Amino acid sequence: MSLLGRLMRKTFANGVHPPAHKDRTAAQPIRRLPFASQLFIPLSQHIGHAAVALVHPGQEVVRGEPIARADGFLSVPIHAPATGIIREIRLIPTARGPKAEAIVLDVYAADGQRVLYGGSQDVERLTPAQLIDAIQESGMVGLGGAAFPTHAKLATAREKQVETLIVNGCECEPYLTTDHRLMLEWADDLRRGIQVALRASGARRAILGIEDNKLDAVAALRASFADDDRIAVEAVKTKYPQGSAELLIKVLLDREVPAGGRSYDVGVVVQNIATLAELGKLLPRREGLIERVVTISGPGIRRPGNYLVPLGTPLAFVLEQVGFTGAAGEIVLGGPMMGSTVGSLEVPVIKAVSGILALQGLVADAGTQHVYPCISCGECLRACPMHLNPSRLGLLAARREYEAMAQRFHLDACFECGSCTYVCPANIPLVHYFRIAKGMLREKAA
Amino acid sequence: MNKPPATLELRSAPLLHTPRTVEQIMRHVVYALLPLCAFAVYAFGLSAAALIGVVTVSCVGAEQLFNRLAGRVSTLADNSAVITGLLLALTLPPGFPLWMGAVAGFIAIGLGKAVFGGLGGNIFNPALVGRAFVQAAFPVAITTWHAPFMNGRFTHFMPTSLTTPFLVPPDAPLWYGALPVDTVSGATPLALHKFEHVATGTLDLFLGTTAGSLGETSAILILLCGAYLAARRLLNWRIPVAVLVSAFAVSAAFALADGQRYPDPWFMLGSGGLMLGAFFMATDPVGAPVTPRGAWLYGALIGAVTVVIRLFGGLPEGVMYAILLGNAATPLIEAVTQPRVYGTGRQSAPDKNPP
Repeated sequence: MSLLGRLMRKTFANGVHPPAHKDRTAAQPIRRLPFASQLFIPLSQHIGHAAVALVHPGQEVVRGEPIARADGFLSVPIHAPATGIIREIRLIPTARGPKAEAIVLDVYAADGQRVLYGGSQDVERLTPAQLIDAIQESGMVGLGGAAFPTHAKLATAREKQVETLIVNGCECEPYLTTDHRLMLEWADDLRRGIQVALRASGARRAILGIEDNKLDAVAALRASFADDDRIAVEAVKTKYPQGSAELLIKVLLDREVPAGGRSYDVGVVVQNIATLAELGKLLPRREGLIERVVTISGPGIRRPGNYLVPLGTPLAFVLEQVGFTGAAGEIVLGGPMMGSTVGSLEVPVIKAVSGILALQGLVADAGTQHVYPCISCGECLRACPMHLNPSRLGLLAARREYEAMAQRFHLDACFECGSCTYVCPANIPLVHYFRIAKGMLREKAA
Repeated sequence: MNKPPATLELRSAPLLHTPRTVEQIMRHVVYALLPLCAFAVYAFGLSAAALIGVVTVSCVGAEQLFNRLAGRVSTLADNSAVITGLLLALTLPPGFPLWMGAVAGFIAIGLGKAVFGGLGGNIFNPALVGRAFVQAAFPVAITTWHAPFMNGRFTHFMPTSLTTPFLVPPDAPLWYGALPVDTVSGATPLALHKFEHVATGTLDLFLGTTAGSLGETSAILILLCGAYLAARRLLNWRIPVAVLVSAFAVSAAFALADGQRYPDPWFMLGSGGLMLGAFFMATDPVGAPVTPRGAWLYGALIGAVTVVIRLFGGLPEGVMYAILLGNAATPLIEAVTQPRVYGTGRQSAPDKNPP
């Protein structure tokens, strides 16, 4: 890579460069994690209506069988991640806080755990409408972390006549390497998934945006897509949060999603690379999403790597398998910039979980946690990728002037990437204030 | 799964943070000021050392006192009071009476900072508030200059330094008569130019072999220390660049119009407190605009106002008032330089016909 090439590479203004921490797992091939003896499968793992359970306690299910159906269009079904017997349906702790209803499945220990449910379908011969139905049946949601039902996104894209499918392979969160591995190891599935998404959405071309810390993936995918001139592979500069859909659209197409609008409004639909790779794998076999690739890493993990984890596996089991040191600290679901810490190890892996990290942040840097007054240094303005004024927003939040934050300083544009908080030398938890402000405004509106 | 459960910390993302803190920024500003203090002591001797010490102790003491009065925890650890003290001392004439220095320090923290609620709340640069106060209160002492590199500067105080509060200073020429002195007079280059039409060489200005306030004489040294902070991204480099470019451009315009009457722009850059002000005072983030474009505007305003005061005002020096004016204009500048938020204000219609 020439220096000039690096300098010329596409990027957006502002943003931050947190340490990547990807070295420990980037070269680790995807491995399978064993089955826990009991799986906890929440009925709501996606945005939209929770799925409706189809099973009852004592019922035997085979791996891949639907155990909950979609409740309406903005919802997806859930499939049994293992062969076993339904024990009960009860409330379990979740990462988000409130307990949620989940199906508890006792896994048959001696079972071979082959996927017994499914079959095959000729994806090529399905009409776009049939494709969208088939995608809903697979239970697919955005695997980058948003967990928005994939079929609904593609259907809206079709309705809005988008012309470009952007495939997001940035993976800008530190530590996470699942997308990187998927691009290297599941290139054929990804290709099939992109073709499916193009047909289902009606988009005429696909552009893959990949950060330039994964040039091996860029080269591999360029070679494998060389014969399909609808698919382009673009390297973009490694900078957080390049993986946000808004910024990727800006960098690849020089379009801005209008405030309050969606990517469809600028003729684009964005899908995560992991979503399309899984889709390309599952759809021809008519299978449902029952497992996903998760990066498990962080200082508290002895055997970090990229693991294929059955959905519903409790964190305690996962951590035991990968050599959790047991040291005090945070267990994070997702990446360290936008993920959430969990308060219980009973929390299961769900469709939205792209990473499990054992950090020791608070214990390690307790000395730097003193919060100073804002000295208006402007670091947050130079970090905010949406060009907001976090300094001013923070001062307004402290005075509880939430309306002013929304009306005069575009609070809604904040997608909570945390860049402002990452750079703030006064240690002001800016993005936390903004979440509270949004919550208060939502409550007031309701 | 029988392992004892770990203690789980709950925290709001992001869980990563840059190692940079306010305390660290302030500490490095102190480091960057130390060479200037050292040069001041080298050039002006014992009096300079005593003045720096007295002013700094006065600032730190005032900070502590006002914290106590307000019932707040001590904020000395953030070093901001030390910076105010050092900066204020560096803007004073070397022979400034020590007791007046103590008053200046107290006023700087009390009136410049504590009344606004401490660090982050102040509108004006506290050091300059202190300086403005003594400029008004002690007009003679603040314009009494001494030449640098006098013999005996390391063994004897300048006579004015030890003035008893509220009394007339001892007669300086008599005191000088007892010492083997090369130069007694110490008018600053700006005053020489304004009142006596004597030009000082640019090289002297940049090296710091002229009379002037403690820390303003060596432009080169200020440039180096400022560059250190800018390179470590501890100050907003846009501000000094804007100040200097603007001062240069405005004075160049005047010099081009009438070279006899107006000094050349290099003289403007190197003389007086412009360098010190540009790198260390205008850049105090609390009083400067937080917006990136605002920083340029603010710096440009300070540079231009400085030149205008110097050329047309009653005083030879204008940096202090220019920066205070810049501080006052900051809310206004911020209001007109809010960044354009992504997805607003620009038409981004979809390109329906991709290539």
